[in-house]
Amino acid sequence: MATVQGLATTMTTLPETFFSSPSSRSIQFPAVVAGRRHHVAQSQRRITVVGLRSDGGVSFSNQGAGHRGLHLIPTAVASTAEASASSATAKPGHELLLFEALREGLEEEMDRDPLVCVMGEDVGHYGGSYKVTKGLANKFGDLRVLDTPIAENSFTGMGIGAAMTGLRPIVEGMNMGFLLLAFNQISNNCGMLHYTSGGQFTIPIVIRGPGGVGRQLGAEHSQRLESYFQSVPGLQMVACSTSYNAKGLMKAAIRSENPVILFEHVLLYNLKERIPDEEYICCLEEAEMVRPGEHITILTYSRMRYHVMQAAKTLVNKGYDPEVIDIRSLKPFDLYTIGNSVKKTHRVLIVEECMRTGGIGASLRAAIMENFWDYLDTPIECLSSQDVPTPYAGTLEDWTVVQPPQIVAAVEKLCCM
Amino acid sequence: MSAFSALKIQPPQLHGLNSKKFAEKSPSCLKTISNPFLGSIQRIPNLRRRRGVSDLPRAASPSTIVAISELVKEKTSKSAASGLLITREEGLELYEDMILGRSFEDMCAQMYYRGKMFGFVHLYNGQEAVSTGFIKLLTQSDSVVSTYRDHVHSLSKGVSARSVMSELFGKTTGCCRGQGGSMHMFSKEHNVLGGFAFIGEGIPVATGAAFSSKYRREVLKEECDDVTLAFFGDGTCNNGQFFECLNMAALWKLPIVFVVENNLWAIGMSHLRATSDPEIWKKGPAFGMPGIHVDGMDVLKVREVAKEAIGRARRGEGPTLVECETYRFRGHSLADPDELRDPAEKAHYAARDPIMALKKYIIENNLANESELKVIEKKIDEIVEEAVEFADKSPLPPRSQLLENVFADPKGFGIGPDGRYRCEDPGFTEGTAQV
Repeated sequence: MATVQGLATTMTTLPETFFSSPSSRSIQFPAVVAGRRHHVAQSQRRITVVGLRSDGGVSFSNQGAGHRGLHLIPTAVASTAEASASSATAKPGHELLLFEALREGLEEEMDRDPLVCVMGEDVGHYGGSYKVTKGLANKFGDLRVLDTPIAENSFTGMGIGAAMTGLRPIVEGMNMGFLLLAFNQISNNCGMLHYTSGGQFTIPIVIRGPGGVGRQLGAEHSQRLESYFQSVPGLQMVACSTSYNAKGLMKAAIRSENPVILFEHVLLYNLKERIPDEEYICCLEEAEMVRPGEHITILTYSRMRYHVMQAAKTLVNKGYDPEVIDIRSLKPFDLYTIGNSVKKTHRVLIVEECMRTGGIGASLRAAIMENFWDYLDTPIECLSSQDVPTPYAGTLEDWTVVQPPQIVAAVEKLCCM
Repeated sequence: MSAFSALKIQPPQLHGLNSKKFAEKSPSCLKTISNPFLGSIQRIPNLRRRRGVSDLPRAASPSTIVAISELVKEKTSKSAASGLLITREEGLELYEDMILGRSFEDMCAQMYYRGKMFGFVHLYNGQEAVSTGFIKLLTQSDSVVSTYRDHVHSLSKGVSARSVMSELFGKTTGCCRGQGGSMHMFSKEHNVLGGFAFIGEGIPVATGAAFSSKYRREVLKEECDDVTLAFFGDGTCNNGQFFECLNMAALWKLPIVFVVENNLWAIGMSHLRATSDPEIWKKGPAFGMPGIHVDGMDVLKVREVAKEAIGRARRGEGPTLVECETYRFRGHSLADPDELRDPAEKAHYAARDPIMALKKYIIENNLANESELKVIEKKIDEIVEEAVEFADKSPLPPRSQLLENVFADPKGFGIGPDGRYRCEDPGFTEGTAQV
């Protein structure tokens, strides 16, 4: 059972604990990449991981103890996903890790348009805390890939001022959580200046960075800012989850005249996938069909996509046929794709990493209710993270985030209604 | 490391600041007066003293203000030959601009109390010297960033009185289509980058505009020497964004001038009660840029300092912090009863009205006579009246305008349930679409 390539790779990766190396405490390099895995019993969180490290080494780790549960054959599910893939599988393409795909997209846009520039902490000489901008400062110079002092509010505002006067900056938050310091600029200026200036100034800025719950990074480094920014008028928010859509969304965000916030996830940077050689961009407003199905619509984004696909394997074995959609566009929602799915399956489960209160799921639920009430056979279920500051302890951390067994249970509950 | 020093141009005494010293260097200064910014010996005449045209600047008496400007020494214009700081044309231009600012703001007050404009309106009466002194030295492509007290900055930069007044009335012909209001004046044509309601918020934007200018010059290899001016008040100088931007601007030698309009009051909070070291100009050298203090009630002094600061920025020598000691004659906003400030303080500054001072200078130095100035005043009256009429007659924004400028690319509203982009919904252009 080889590592499945293409989009299907996304489904065989990332159990909830997939760092094989306990030494990856820093926020830089998660050690484990995609690998095949055995699914263990729902009550057992630990798994055996064969990891392809980003430095080329292979690591094994048996973090699990105790009994094994169902053993699934990923290929059965993989084939369905492949059919729904975009053109990624049509051509040979090249393999890239997600952070490399982001970099490739960024580099291509910087080559294409000299007005595109990057600013952020450690983006230049250091190459970015997750190496998304590695090598770019050497190629484009210190002014185009600007190392800023630690002043998020001010350098985000600086990016906005630069955007207003014709540049196309990409502001990197070293961790999305740090952008809380930039909330003033993002809310007041980024989102609103186009409107309050009567349309005179456009702000084609991209604000990006890693967020989400990582591997015991502690509460402040594990934040999900999508829920805070979603109410700001004038902003678009997208979340990438695969190498393919990471590069595509990065390029689309840079080319967009609107301010776009691109949410990446700390744990997804080392996903490997084959992406096309030729140029492509993803539509910022569209959702991505990950796995078509008939019984239930599961809406998710970012890292939870992988938990959902993991749960999907169990569900398929149990005879369910879930339709999995990665909504990708957190604001605005792609109500067409979502609506078509709801009209088909009549059941909706939202799985997200956001907090329960006021999260993306809450908004999505309201939007679906508002637009597709007549098509629903059951109430919309929303699985979100607990309204708890993410604890440091691994066990507690796991319990704050939605795990595949919960997803399976929720689907079973909805499908039996 | 570039040389920097702080220089305090000492105004007449107030609130206990040192009145004895007039050229004070900060202890952290590395070089002395040979600093190109501060190297000249030219003096700015004390406006209160009568001077004939043929007078040349002489050694200062203790109460004379010492101004340093090497550029003034190099001036070959008529004004240098005559010993004056401005030509007749310049004098009339400055006078007209200040009268425009004053009349406009007075008219705003009238209109506000008549119910034509609403919300928070912050008037600039008394501070005209700073706006005129700085902005009249700029070209169209230079940028200005202001705060909520932005009407006069916009007018000085060239935005028409009509479009500012319409904006205040909330009409669709306003410079921001009625969507910004008093505190959000923007003009792409004249490079007025706002208009910000939160203090300190505009300073990073100004820093970004300056960064753009440097980027164009160094990365895109364009001929760009555009300068950005950031105006803000004393209250802002205790805000983090101020310090963060001073650091970044000095670090990258951005072509920006930070202009502090220190009018001593942040609504009802006295500057002295809010600031551990009230001498804001000193904060420049802490970040590696010159810090200058200037009498902000005197447009000529402001203009001399501005020339140097803007010149520095244009030459790529980096930012400057200029603290203008000024005063607002009215309350913080039209809703402020202004009961807290000492009448003696108000009277003191009223006596230093910048318009009166310039008028006196012009007349005493025979640059123009009283009747010519009256002509200007009348002309401005007419402009302001016409602006009000225009604003009155202008239409209010229609419903269709509601959704138009939320996104530059309206696809940002997303895809609706029917598969079409929401902006394609006919209701969108009517402003009634569900988004």
